[in-house]
Amino acid sequence: MKSYQLNHLDELESEAIFILREVFAQFENPVILFSGGKDSLVVTYLAKKAFYPARIPFSLMHVDTGHNFPETIKFRDDLIQKLGVNLIVGSVQKSINEGRVEEESGINASRNVLQTTTLLDTIEENNIDCAIGGGRRDEEKARAKERFFSHRDEFGQWDPKNQRPELWNLFNGRKNFGEHFRVFPISNWTEMDVWMYIQREGIEIPSLYYAHERDVIRRNNTWIPVSEFIQIRPEDKVERKILRFRTLGDITITGGIESDADNLPKIIAEVAAARRTERGNRADDMRSETSMEDRKKEGYF
Amino acid sequence: METEAYEKMELLRFTTAGSVDDGKSTLIGRLLYDSKSIFEDQMEAVERSSKRKGLERVELAHLTDGLKDEREQGITIDVAYRYFATPKRKFIIADTPGHIQYTRNMVTGASTANLALILVDARNGVLQQTARHSFIASLLQIPHLIVCINKMDLVDYSEEAYEKVVAEFTNFAAKLDVKDVRFIPISALYGDNVVKPSENMKWYQGGTLLNTLEHIHIGSDHNLIDCRFPVQTVIRPYDDEYHDFRGYAGRIEGGIFKKGDDILVLPSGYTSKVSAIHFDDLQLDEAQPPMSVIIELEDDIDISRGDVLVRPNNRPDQTQDIDFMMCWFNNKGPRPRAKYILRHTTNEVKAIIRNIQYKVDINTLHRIEDDKDIKMNDIARVQVRTTKPLLCDPYRKNRITGSVVLIDETTNETVAAGMII
Repeated sequence: MKSYQLNHLDELESEAIFILREVFAQFENPVILFSGGKDSLVVTYLAKKAFYPARIPFSLMHVDTGHNFPETIKFRDDLIQKLGVNLIVGSVQKSINEGRVEEESGINASRNVLQTTTLLDTIEENNIDCAIGGGRRDEEKARAKERFFSHRDEFGQWDPKNQRPELWNLFNGRKNFGEHFRVFPISNWTEMDVWMYIQREGIEIPSLYYAHERDVIRRNNTWIPVSEFIQIRPEDKVERKILRFRTLGDITITGGIESDADNLPKIIAEVAAARRTERGNRADDMRSETSMEDRKKEGYF
Repeated sequence: METEAYEKMELLRFTTAGSVDDGKSTLIGRLLYDSKSIFEDQMEAVERSSKRKGLERVELAHLTDGLKDEREQGITIDVAYRYFATPKRKFIIADTPGHIQYTRNMVTGASTANLALILVDARNGVLQQTARHSFIASLLQIPHLIVCINKMDLVDYSEEAYEKVVAEFTNFAAKLDVKDVRFIPISALYGDNVVKPSENMKWYQGGTLLNTLEHIHIGSDHNLIDCRFPVQTVIRPYDDEYHDFRGYAGRIEGGIFKKGDDILVLPSGYTSKVSAIHFDDLQLDEAQPPMSVIIELEDDIDISRGDVLVRPNNRPDQTQDIDFMMCWFNNKGPRPRAKYILRHTTNEVKAIIRNIQYKVDINTLHRIEDDKDIKMNDIARVQVRTTKPLLCDPYRKNRITGSVVLIDETTNETVAAGMII
């Protein structure tokens, strides 16, 4: 007898496509939050599949901290052109210039926290009623509680204790004026699923994910790239290493791991053998036990 | 892991419910730990927080706590989703609290599950909590039930103790509507029969919990008979290449749709044939649940979101009067004569709760007919009248086309869920 059981990647893909079409049907002005990282790339790719042969009916929105890997920006611009979609950029530098936020100082200064203000301002300025993100529940403990359709009040805040129940595949995107939603189509994917899917579908990803040579310094137990945006103290030792990045965030806080994985099969083997979570190299998550939960409540990604 | 094997894996969603002392968190912690799904930094975080609390042992249960309040109070408030995989399957656990005041969370977690894991303390047998969890599994029509008789270490791994609980549960389950029930004697604390077969219970011939989770047949959990395709949205590319393209996007929620099939469009009643089934740039000969596809028809018919494509000789019910079992979610009960938005598949209509027939005492399964005051977490049988006909099936026949939620028009909150009778 023929089996009508889908494999798990097909089932996850189908779920994500269903969610993306619900967004299109339920919201007026949705965007995909695009960071250039693999998760937002997979979401963008799924959106292409969901509406083909029509174009992706969403703009991409990038919150630009100014502290980017140059590779990310080039990758973003090439992709926009290829897909023929609109790009909205929210600039953290602009938020700083306008006095909306104050730049952090000190050795571990980063613009990570500042992004929230820029993100919320950009959402408001562009009348965006839904921002689609690549967040996954396996990433972090606060994210494990996140809904597919996650409500944000008029201040952009998340109330984790008062979330709408989500049953079957009935998603409630109703809201009052000024409120918005964050939607996470790949909530149920794990890091491994994402990599397997990238390989299966042949999705192009930034070169930063592959092993390459780079000048780095050791900070907070991880290798931080040398760039114009970090302060190098006299005691810091700049070393040249072969490494790659498991996640992509700002160049100031994204730590590399020593690795010679220069193709997808090697990356997948490395992910399978990894004994630490991918966010374990993110300085933004190590600030405290609840740093993700706290940032999310304020309106972070 | 071999890439090829990974691509053949199936997905199994299961739900667990439990409260502080029944070992649920320990069991999940052990499944994650023994299947090597726990990372070092997660383990370090748990060690740090166990130490800070002055605990001697690393509390595996803490691996499943999410929000700050939950860790402080040592309870699970909401549904948390956990992921692990073996070479055979990927698992999604909807981990829910077990107290009666969290019935709504249990219902939520159960709505998408293929399987429910029920924990019974070998010393206590079937308690109210067991009854409650089993009732919810039956109400939500979860196809498979695994009853783990836990803490076998505390009854000297006795077969007699195990058989006593099995008999007691079987007797109780006769009142429920569950098809597939299995029993496994375990000790979550020491790992007996969780991942590895127990050395202490040679008398038990069945598979371990993990082995059972890996092999239970889920291929017929979807309804493959009654064709149902609720339209999510219409795809019109508006460009030169696909000038005349008009496709209906949706997810197949029942039956197998084939190219060339005769189709009936509801509620309009027009008929046509499937001219193509698209998935991305592929054309498929057939598609089954739960695939998200685009269907093109031979004729140009006016179809929009909320319509449903079916086979002409197999129609869903078309009615404005609906009876369902309802679970109330909101801390404010239903307002008298209030209109709610009723959402069913991709359709939205207004609805009034006309009559509350009875409430169910979910500890005893008795009907309560003298108190019809609905409060949060109550389960009741109700009659609802909608402004437009719904195209629906009984929940027993199809969990997707047989389910609804009610949304409060003023607060936009999801206030209730219903399973159509």
